[in-house]
Amino acid sequence: MLPVVLVVVTLVFLMLRLIPGDPARLMLDPSATEQQVGALRHQLGLDLPVGRQYLQFLGQLLHGDMGVSYKTGRSALGDALPPFQRTAELAVASVIFAGFFGIGLGILAGARTRSLMSPITMIIALLGVSVPTFWLGLLLIIVFSLRLDLLPAGGAGSWQALVLPTVTLGSFSLGVIARITRTSVAEVMHADYVRTARAKGVSEGSVVLRHAFRNALIPVITITSLSFGYALGGAVATETVFAWPGLGRYIVGAILGRDYPSVQAGLFLFAASFLVVNLLMDVAYALANPRITYR
Amino acid sequence: MRWPIRGSHTGRRGRAGAWRRFLRQPAALGGGAVIAAYVLLAVAAPWLAPYDPGQNDLSLRLGPPTWQHWLGNDELGRDILSRLLWGAQTSLLISIGAVAFAVVVGVPLGLAAGYFHGRVDALITGMVEVMMAFPGILLALAVVAIFGFGVLKLVLAIGIYSVPTLAWLARGSAMSVATMEYVEASRAMGQRHAGILRRHVLPNILSPIIVQGTLRLATAVLTAATLSFLGLGVQPPTPEWGAMIASSVGYIRVAPHATVIPGVALMLVVLAFNVAGDGLRDSLDPTMRRVD
Repeated sequence: MLPVVLVVVTLVFLMLRLIPGDPARLMLDPSATEQQVGALRHQLGLDLPVGRQYLQFLGQLLHGDMGVSYKTGRSALGDALPPFQRTAELAVASVIFAGFFGIGLGILAGARTRSLMSPITMIIALLGVSVPTFWLGLLLIIVFSLRLDLLPAGGAGSWQALVLPTVTLGSFSLGVIARITRTSVAEVMHADYVRTARAKGVSEGSVVLRHAFRNALIPVITITSLSFGYALGGAVATETVFAWPGLGRYIVGAILGRDYPSVQAGLFLFAASFLVVNLLMDVAYALANPRITYR
Repeated sequence: MRWPIRGSHTGRRGRAGAWRRFLRQPAALGGGAVIAAYVLLAVAAPWLAPYDPGQNDLSLRLGPPTWQHWLGNDELGRDILSRLLWGAQTSLLISIGAVAFAVVVGVPLGLAAGYFHGRVDALITGMVEVMMAFPGILLALAVVAIFGFGVLKLVLAIGIYSVPTLAWLARGSAMSVATMEYVEASRAMGQRHAGILRRHVLPNILSPIIVQGTLRLATAVLTAATLSFLGLGVQPPTPEWGAMIASSVGYIRVAPHATVIPGVALMLVVLAFNVAGDGLRDSLDPTMRRVD
């Protein structure tokens, strides 16, 4: 994981250097003189050799410093943290929603592949991965906010405001989780140990939940944790639709405003949390299947 | 000397069988039909569009569907049907360009990693893993932040973010094909690596690449629309479905059709690519048939 972190950090460092134009000039007023630009370049360390700039960047990063936002003049990382918390809130809510309904639907459909639940689950799964997230959000606003006036169309801070963004962001993962759970459960329903459990007179619910689903858990864990990654990425569009003050919206605003230190800080936080989720996924694997060992 | 080496299952007979299996799946066939219609409409947009997509008429602002304007008018009074047809062309161009880029860059990388092992594999796998450590849309955002907005930049952004998926797939497939006897035999006969890769490995990993390419088209259409919706992709007044939805959002209360119609088109196309991709997977590789 450490090499990946290092490469991600290097990419984030290179980003500011790859952008056409002089960052110092971008920060200043167009009428700024060459002396002013030069002074700012010196202040930002942009006049140093790239190698030294890189080492300086790494050193600053270790102290939680990713430069100063061009827009606010405050620490870019400090500015990005509150939106990051909002995104984390939304991502966790959407994964819980997707996991709960996706696994539930998948188990119902997988345990009885000939029942009506099976094609319904497949249709939900297919629609989940095909409906554009931002458009689904708009449809939900039209129905639940404008027509029925049940839930707010935007903002944050209350549970009501969390409902529509959660459903919007979770719909894609719900589809994928339902499909994978259905397939995994359907595969193990024919296993010998499931037949044995039935022969012993174990109730059908217990057969499905304790014997079949438990053994079908690995792919479900994989896809559920991957949906965290999707939620982090998908949050960008969802947050824009619902005016949710999260990191995705923050990064988009920073790109449009050419506030590169803020873009760097936002992308870094996203990538770091994605890596942490991957690490947690490995731990969850080991817990679900003790035969998996990591060296 | 060329040696008639058997083992490939993607020959003419294999392809004919796959085609027959594809035709037997009603859902996949429906998906294929929608894709064919989409491509046809996109290509023929200049002739089929009843109005100029950029022609404003403020007297028709946010007008509902009528006999003159079948799908109504947008916030500037432009004909939605015409913009939809031209927008299909834009999104087709971006998605095909992006997937072609990903195939041209990702597949050779994956082939080399899977075939040569050792340091080449370690280097390429490391690169791919790093790219996969970034959620795709964020990688696209980073590319857009660096290079700016526009159709070509969008192709590059989506293409770059699709590279790891195709490289990973090609690597896995090439690894298994590289251990086949016919590949070993070619190597023993002194054939050059480039020749073996081109004649024996590549043809045998084509099926999963075609399937993944089709599924990636769905992702590319969706990502292009998402980035344009966010204002980071195709810029107005160029007609593009995501940008059309973005510009109509402010009028969602009075003219929901301007938001709903481009979204339906987008969903249908993505759904079609997903269904056709699944169908292709089932028909090209019957051994990998899904339980579902």
